[in-house]
Amino acid sequence: MSFVFYILAALTVAGGLAAMLLKNTVHCALALTVAFAGLALLFLNLDAQFAGFAQILVYIGAVAILVVFAILLTRGSETPRDGVFSRTWLAGLLIAAGVFAVLGWAVIGSVRVLPHETAVPTVTVLQIGNALVSRYVLPLEIVAVLLTAAMIGAVIVAMHEKEGQK
Amino acid sequence: MTPLASYLLVAALLFSIGLAGALTRRNAILVLIGIELMLNAANLNLIAFWRYGPHPELLTGMMFAIFSIAVAAAEAAVGLGLVIQIHRHAKTTDLDAMNRMKG
Amino acid sequence: MISGMDQVFVLLRLWLVSFLPAAWQPVIGALLSVVAIVCLFPALFALTTVFERKGLARIQNRLGPNRVGPFGLLQPIADGIKSLTKEDIVPLSADAAVHFLAPVLLVVAVFMGFAVLPMGRNMILVDMDAGLLFYFAMSASTELAVFMAGWSSRNKYSLLGAMRAVAQMISYEVPLLLSSVVVVMMTGSLSLTKIVAAQSGFTRGLPHWFIFTPWGFAGFVMYAIATTAETNRSPFDLPEGESELVAGYHTEYSGFKFALFFLGEYLAMFSISGLGATLFLGGWSAPFSFLTWIPSWIWFFSKLMLSIFVFIWMRGTLPRLRQDQLMNFAWKFVLPLCLLNLMVAGLWRFMGDGWLRWVICSVILIGAYTALGWGEMRRGKIGPRSYRYAE
Repeated sequence: MSFVFYILAALTVAGGLAAMLLKNTVHCALALTVAFAGLALLFLNLDAQFAGFAQILVYIGAVAILVVFAILLTRGSETPRDGVFSRTWLAGLLIAAGVFAVLGWAVIGSVRVLPHETAVPTVTVLQIGNALVSRYVLPLEIVAVLLTAAMIGAVIVAMHEKEGQK
Repeated sequence: MTPLASYLLVAALLFSIGLAGALTRRNAILVLIGIELMLNAANLNLIAFWRYGPHPELLTGMMFAIFSIAVAAAEAAVGLGLVIQIHRHAKTTDLDAMNRMKG
Repeated sequence: MISGMDQVFVLLRLWLVSFLPAAWQPVIGALLSVVAIVCLFPALFALTTVFERKGLARIQNRLGPNRVGPFGLLQPIADGIKSLTKEDIVPLSADAAVHFLAPVLLVVAVFMGFAVLPMGRNMILVDMDAGLLFYFAMSASTELAVFMAGWSSRNKYSLLGAMRAVAQMISYEVPLLLSSVVVVMMTGSLSLTKIVAAQSGFTRGLPHWFIFTPWGFAGFVMYAIATTAETNRSPFDLPEGESELVAGYHTEYSGFKFALFFLGEYLAMFSISGLGATLFLGGWSAPFSFLTWIPSWIWFFSKLMLSIFVFIWMRGTLPRLRQDQLMNFAWKFVLPLCLLNLMVAGLWRFMGDGWLRWVICSVILIGAYTALGWGEMRRGKIGPRSYRYAE
């Protein structure tokens, strides 16, 4: 494996860890964007240019901003007095460790059957576009409906209650 | 270690970190962040399988990841809208304090 | 004749690189282009600050900077020395790491955008297949830098300015993307070189620029509005509104970091004007067929400077909007028109040649513009300001 991969993997995992461990919620959100950026670079390293740029545009440009907005609107940047972890943190940690153990065991156990290095696939944006409107046209339409529904739903959920009662 | 296996291990690690965070943090927004991390780890898996799989020209894994990115954006918007509404109602985002079903 | 002056920078790079071993040539060649971009645009920024101050001064009936050098042309050097030697103050309660990272991230993200802009024939750093997507991904990252700056300063004005800026940039990013998608629909490519190539022909001496079509003109107007808001320029400069928020998210920045913010804002203006020229004004192609002998990069940079001039002109002319007017305008006026423009572009594509599509597309767009504007005016959402004077 290349040197670039190790750097990117370390960056991504460090960003993820920091996002889950830091005390200040805004710092967590900023660490999350580091993890997102690392993932986008990993996508680019996997020759998935379009997905990598879409990842940056959607996650860093929209989701991260939404998260920091929500944090500031809920006064979440003030660190709570009684710790940032839940009362049942030990159980959660054990479950996560168990999941990682199972996943890691499955991956390591199947190393021999996994495919090796293959030729770099060349994918143009034109191919992606053609695939979107031919083979994947139904999912595309469903995603469009889902996004519309989610937008309307999010607006209604976040609207002021008082205005509805008047 | 094949390249695919190392990508899968990184994705598994990221997924577990996200899961651990979602299960242990008190703040509802951080739980959502954990869920986002888990979704992203799944995307990494999809792209890695697309790259090293038998038929990359069919674009299956990549399309799956692109659709998953779109769906995750919708999920984040609705989730954060819910958190804001809960905060307005209960004046807190601490999940341990939300132990009543009655408003 | 064309290839000599036109390709002068490309040939210069080739000549410089030819002294090196073959293995190094691609890397050093790319590095040279990066150095050229990194030097050229800050120099242009320095020049633009003088022009802006001079131009604003003329509009406001004053003289503007005229002390340093001939006609005050050396003013940016004096400004630069001043900002470099000033003390770099970090507020005591500020988040030092984030406070430091914000301007750096902003400038880096803005510089990345230049990588995909074709600045002349064969003058592009990376000819990416998904160039436009890359550009928008990079410009979306600047929002986070603005938020980081405002939040880490621990100042209420900064935070307010940052929240305003981010809300405004998010809102106007939607029309920005949608008005550019029209061009992608017509050319069928996200690559900026292909978009320029699609506009480089001439009929009867007139260019095939997209601005000279109904959908292209509507798209360009909405693109211009969205870019003004996206770069936080007047009349959309609420995030830094000096009279209400001191200076918005860079209130707590001083010295070199403030200079970086200033630089980042102007660079964003250059790159987004360059993108607008590429998408709608034919990029580096000449406006008339008998002018094609002038080098392509001259055309690109004159289009860029022309849009900068319009930015300055607007800043000197239009008063600042109110926050609710800004948001209403984005979501209730520009966004519906953008969506309609997408449909008009589709119609144009499938109606074939002839004068009929000109009439139908123009009528739809003008009709929608008038109806929407009239409706909003009547409900008092958008319209002339009303003033209440003290009795």
